[in-house]
Amino acid sequence: MSVKLNALCSDSYVDISQYRDQHFKGNRYEQEKLLKQSHTLYVGNLSFYTTEEQVYELFSKSGDVKRIIIGLDKIKKTACGFCFVEYYTRADAEHAMRFINGTRLDDRIIRTDWDAGFKEGRQYGRGKSGGQVRDEYRQDYDPARGGYGKLAQQQRAPEGRNSF
Amino acid sequence: MQKQAAQAHARLLPEKLTVYTTLVGLLNARNYNFGGEFVEAMIRQLKETLKNNLYNEAVYLVRFLSDLVNCHVIAAPSMVAMFENFISVTQEEDVPQVRSDWFVYVVLSCLPWVGKELYEKKDVEMDRLLSQIEGFLKRRVKTHVPMLQVWTAEKPHPQEEYLDCLWAQIQKLKKDRWQERHILRPYIAFDSVLCEALQHNLPPFTPPGHMPDAQYPMPRVIFRMFDYTDAPEGPVMPGSHSVERFVIEENLHCIIKSHWKERKTCAAQLLSYPGKNKIPLNYHIVEVIFGELFQLPSPPHIDVMYTTLLIELCKLQPGSLPQVLAQATEMLYMRLDTMNTTCIDRLINWFSHHLSNFQFRWSWDDWADCLTVDAEKPKPKFVKEVLEKCMRLSYHQRIVDIVPPTFAALIPAEPIFYYKYAIESNSSLPGYAVTITVSNAIKNRASNEEILTILKELFILPPLIFIMGKKFQFHEVLKTLTESDEGKLHILRVVYEVWRNHPQMIAVLVDKMIRTQIVDCAAVANWLFSQDMAHEFTRLYIWEILHSTIRKMNKHVQKIQKELEEAKDKLEKQQHKKDMEKNSEDEEGQLEEQIERLQEKVESAQSEQKNLFLVIFQRFIMMLTEHLVRCETGSVDISTPWYKNCIERLQQIFLMHHVTIQQYMGTLENLLFTAELDHHILAVYQQFCALQL
Repeated sequence: MSVKLNALCSDSYVDISQYRDQHFKGNRYEQEKLLKQSHTLYVGNLSFYTTEEQVYELFSKSGDVKRIIIGLDKIKKTACGFCFVEYYTRADAEHAMRFINGTRLDDRIIRTDWDAGFKEGRQYGRGKSGGQVRDEYRQDYDPARGGYGKLAQQQRAPEGRNSF
Repeated sequence: MQKQAAQAHARLLPEKLTVYTTLVGLLNARNYNFGGEFVEAMIRQLKETLKNNLYNEAVYLVRFLSDLVNCHVIAAPSMVAMFENFISVTQEEDVPQVRSDWFVYVVLSCLPWVGKELYEKKDVEMDRLLSQIEGFLKRRVKTHVPMLQVWTAEKPHPQEEYLDCLWAQIQKLKKDRWQERHILRPYIAFDSVLCEALQHNLPPFTPPGHMPDAQYPMPRVIFRMFDYTDAPEGPVMPGSHSVERFVIEENLHCIIKSHWKERKTCAAQLLSYPGKNKIPLNYHIVEVIFGELFQLPSPPHIDVMYTTLLIELCKLQPGSLPQVLAQATEMLYMRLDTMNTTCIDRLINWFSHHLSNFQFRWSWDDWADCLTVDAEKPKPKFVKEVLEKCMRLSYHQRIVDIVPPTFAALIPAEPIFYYKYAIESNSSLPGYAVTITVSNAIKNRASNEEILTILKELFILPPLIFIMGKKFQFHEVLKTLTESDEGKLHILRVVYEVWRNHPQMIAVLVDKMIRTQIVDCAAVANWLFSQDMAHEFTRLYIWEILHSTIRKMNKHVQKIQKELEEAKDKLEKQQHKKDMEKNSEDEEGQLEEQIERLQEKVESAQSEQKNLFLVIFQRFIMMLTEHLVRCETGSVDISTPWYKNCIERLQQIFLMHHVTIQQYMGTLENLLFTAELDHHILAVYQQFCALQL
C-alpha cells in the first residue's frame, strides 16, 4: 500500500543515479550520503565551446548559482565538455535536476547528476589523452567535442605511417 | 487501510475524485459502518487542514464530501446544512474579505458536481443560499483586480475576477437545470447498488473562527486567451461562462499540481485527460499552462517548470502541440501593448529559453511591424529583450545569424568589457602607467596592503575590475575602499562603465559584491534609481538585479531569524537538562548571551530590510511624481511607455515581495503612501492593501 502511495508523491528526477566516482575518498555509503545532501551537480555532454556564461544563464533558472567549475583537459587545460554547478541551496539544485537535466544547451541535450562535492583535481578529465573517458572510446564524429573519439582518431591516422 | 488509501488519493489526485467517491459509495453499500467512519475521518481531516491554513487542500476535501452525496454516502440535506454554515461566514463582521471569499468559493465550486442532487432534494434552501451568495458578491470590494490582471484591455477576453466568473458559470448551470455533461460519473453505472445504501448525516460543522494569523488564499483573475474561434477544426471550446470550462480548467490545474515534479508523467497525464475527444484539449492545456505562468503575484510553481513541461508536451504531440504553441505565442505578441510588465518579463524568459531548445527557429519576419515603431514601445522592446536572452544562452554571432538583417537594430551589443585602459594604444591616457604597476603587483601576488597603498594614492578602480573579472580574490581590498556610501556608489558606477555591454556580468558582480559585503543592498537600490542609470531604467536586467537584491536581503533576515530560533530551542533543551546535570550553568549563560547577540542581529537586519524598501518606494514616488507633474504642466498625456513600465514596476515590487512588505505596512502608510500623494501612485498602494482585506 505504501509503495503505491509513494508513487503518488514521486520525484524520480531527483534520485541519485547508478554512477559512483571511483576516485572518491571514502566508502559507498559515505558517497551516497553526500550525494543525497549535495548542492553540486555534474553537468555532462557539453560542447567544448560552451562558456561559463552560458552555463550560468541556464542554470540560474532554477536558483542562485554559487559557482561554476568548467571541466578541463588535463594536458591542454582547455574545456573538455563537462562542468560542475554549485548552488547555495539543495532545493535549487533539485529544481535543476527536474527541469534543466535533459534539455538543451548550445543545441546539445545535457545531462546533470548529483556530485559529492568539488575537490581540487576533479576539474580534470580522466581519459588517457587528457579529456573525458567517454571521448577516448567513442566511434561517432562529434564536431563540438573534438571530432572523432581519441581511439578512433588514432585508428584513422595511426602513428608512423605516411598518409598521402 | 482502504480508508487511508482513499483519503490519500482524495488529497493527492483530486482530478480522479469521482472514481474514489464511487469506490467509497460501493464500500458503504456493503458496510454501513465503514461509510460512517470514513466520513468522520474526512471531517477530522477537514478541520485539520483549515486549522493549518491549507485552504487549497480543504477545497478538494469538501468537493469529495459533496460528491459522496451523489454516491449515496452522505444525505443531501446534511450537505446543504454544511453549505449554509459556510455561507453564514459572509455575515461575520470585521473579518478579512478573503475569508468570506473562500467559503463562498468552496460552496460554488462544488455545485458542478452536486448541484443537481442538492436542488432536487432541497431547492428552497439552495435558492436561499444562492441569493445570499449573490448579495455578498454584490457588496464585495474589488479594488485588487487591476493589480492581478494580465492584460489591461477588456478585449478580446475580459480578465474576470475568479468569483465573478464562477458565479456566472453557476448561474448558467442553474439556467440549464443543473445539466452537466462533462464530469465523468462512474457512480451512475452503479446506481442500482448505490441507491440501496443507507446514507449518513454529516455532523454539524461550524467553520473555525477567524484567527489573526490566518492566511487565506489570495484573490485571482481567470486567465483566458482562447475561445471557440481559435481552434480551427475539431471540437469546439466550451464558452467562458460554461461550467464545462470551469471543470476542465480545475482538472488540468489539479493534474499539474499533482505531477509538476515529474514532467514526463505530467505531460502524459495532461494529454490523456478523459473526454479529450470532445474538447480542443491542446488549447485548454496551453491556456492553463500560460495562465499559471502569468499568474500574479506569482506562478504556483517555479517558472522553469512550465518551459520544460511545454517542451515535453511538444515531444509527445509533435504533430499538433507546437502549432498551438506558435499560435499562442503569436497572440501574446500581438497583445503586448496592454500586457502587464511582470507578465512580459516571464514571456521573455519563457520564449527565449524555449527557442534555445529548438535551434532558435522562429518566423521573425512575421514580427517586422515592431521595427516601424518607437524602440521603447512594448513590441520592439520585447523582441530586443528576447534576443538578448537568446544571446546569453548562446553567443552573439548566433543571434546575428538567426534574425533577418532588417532586425539589426534590435540585436544586443556584443558582451565584451569596455575598458579604455585595456587598449595599449591609449598609453597616453592618465593612469595607464599606474594600471600596469597595479596589474604587475597583483600578478606578482603583492600583499593586499601594498596594493591598497597604490590604489588609495590614486583611487583607481577600473584596473581591479578589469583584471579580476569574475575572480573575486581581492574583495578585502575593495571592502576598505568602499566603506563610505560614496565609495559604494563609485564602485557600482565603475562596474557599469566597464561591463555595460555585458548585463549578465554586471548582475554577477553586483551579486558577489553584496555577498562579500563590499556594497549593501540600499546602495545597489540607490544606484539603480540614480540619474546615471536613468537611460537603462526600462531594461529587464535592471529589475532582475533589483529583485535579486531584495531577495538576498530577505534571505539574510530569514537566516538570522532561524539561527535565533535554533538558539532559543537549544536553551530550552538546556533548561530541561539542568534538572539532571549540575554543571551546565556556564553553557546556559553562553547560550543566553548568544541569544541576546542574535536578537540584536535580527533587529539590525530587519531595520536594514525596512530601510531598503523605504529607499525603493521613495525613489519610485519621486520619479513618478516628477513625471506626472511635468506632464500636467505641459498638458501632455501621462501614459508614455516609460510611465507604464515604471508604474507596473512599482506594482511588481509589492506583488513579488508582498509577504515581507506586510510587516512594514504601518511605516509605509505613515511615511510614504499618504493621502497627499498623486492618486495614480496611491492607487497602486490601495490595490495592494485590497489583496489582503
